[in-house]
Amino acid sequence: MDIVLQQIVNAISLGGIYALLALGLAVVFSIISLINFAHGELMTVAGYGMFFAAAVSLPFPFAVGAAVLFAVIAALLTERFAFRPMRKADATGLLLTSFAVSAILRVIFQNGISARPKPVPLPSGFAGVIDLGFLHVGIVPLLSIVMTALSLTALTLFLNRTTLGKAMRAAAEDFQVLRLMGIKANRVIAVAFAVSGALAGIAAVLWIAQRGSVDPLMGFVPVLKAFVAAVIGGLGSLTGAVAGGFALGILEVLFQAFLPDAALPFRDAFVLGFVILILIWRPDGLIPAPVARRS
Amino acid sequence: MLEVSDLKVKYGEVAAVKGVSFSVPKGSVVVLLGANGAGKSSTLNAISGLVASTGSIAFEGRPLAGQPAEDIVKRGIALTPEGRRVFPSLSVADNLHLGGAAHASGAELKTRIEAALDRFPILHERYHQKAGLLSGGEQQMLAIARSLMAAPRLLLLDEPSLGLAPLIVDKVFDLIVDLKQRGLTILLVEQNAERALEIADHGYVLQTGQIVLAGTGAELARSDLVKQAYLAE
Repeated sequence: MDIVLQQIVNAISLGGIYALLALGLAVVFSIISLINFAHGELMTVAGYGMFFAAAVSLPFPFAVGAAVLFAVIAALLTERFAFRPMRKADATGLLLTSFAVSAILRVIFQNGISARPKPVPLPSGFAGVIDLGFLHVGIVPLLSIVMTALSLTALTLFLNRTTLGKAMRAAAEDFQVLRLMGIKANRVIAVAFAVSGALAGIAAVLWIAQRGSVDPLMGFVPVLKAFVAAVIGGLGSLTGAVAGGFALGILEVLFQAFLPDAALPFRDAFVLGFVILILIWRPDGLIPAPVARRS
Repeated sequence: MLEVSDLKVKYGEVAAVKGVSFSVPKGSVVVLLGANGAGKSSTLNAISGLVASTGSIAFEGRPLAGQPAEDIVKRGIALTPEGRRVFPSLSVADNLHLGGAAHASGAELKTRIEAALDRFPILHERYHQKAGLLSGGEQQMLAIARSLMAAPRLLLLDEPSLGLAPLIVDKVFDLIVDLKQRGLTILLVEQNAERALEIADHGYVLQTGQIVLAGTGAELARSDLVKQAYLAE
């Protein structure tokens, strides 16, 4: 029983990180049809934010703040100087731009900071375990779940209650008409990038909490997983991204826990095989993005 | 109020509007008639800043051309696009809110929403429903109400009666007359020539991107070209 509950906690915690990352991709994709493969580098930037904050002896909560702030600023800068000039390009052009941004940032990290991992000191309490009687939960998975829940709640409130949030949802359905309402396209897009940066920053904190270091390639694997999660959920659909993130997290933990040892090296192959089955069953994803009906 | 001269719109190599000139006097209803692909919608989209154009467009004596759509609506020109294009997954309330958010805030925005709900009681009933669940006629009312949230002085209506049941079409045209009586200037693009010419002060007939006929609503309704091409007689 304990092991099952334990795995459920792990699945939710890992799925939460994927959900945050997939949401970050979906928020931008839903508005400008860009699959931003530089999203992983936003995570890396956030990681270096934590590293530098620790280097100047800022307390951990400030390091978390620095991580999110660095990622938001990086997201806004890439929007302003890379993606905005390419706004008129087609989906392929935008995709290639994101590869370029990603590669440039990686080189900057490697040459400007270090190609080797930099340690990020974590509070000593992070190694602890909470005993709930029927189950032992690690602090880090627990924090992940709480942070994910808070982030998703905050994002939901933002999208449903604020004018800018409503404008982002409207932009995903019909950007042209939103402009006809007098709402600035550039502003909505910049906010979408800022939101995606914040999500990447939070995900980076949770990611680093598990490994304790940051390196130039840190964002590569998570962004691939986030992309898979966004596709499972339905590309461009925000609820889909969350569903896809959790689905992927659950699949990975399940296969990790229950595959025989000999098959464990092939865990990702099993996971991706299952993803293929999901997509055969639902080609548009679990919860496809709503498509505006035009008569 | 609106002066359009030698307006040209090109999509790549295809010329959709080939040098169109017309004017919309303050307080009038002007209609653009024409078949599909005649360049009517392109003309409206060019005035609204959604598509690039050459030639000159002046509104209240000042040039408009080259400004982005976001700025043109702030100058006082609102477009209700063809096909209604409400935001389907947003509520009626949010659709109206976004219509006015760039032009008013706080109490003023609230007043405008209340005024819209007074004018369109059906939207009051559906206030919290998703716009995509509304009927075609209700969506058209919402689309117009949303445009009015900007408090425009010139309203561009693109095919407001398209695809609606005859009873609803009556309502749409009654609304246009009502808006005119309240002092709004209206540039209307319509396929329903008969109804449009009844309420139009002036009309222009477009064919393949050019104006081939102009006159008052009554004159156009009597002209052979309009009778043959657009009126079922």
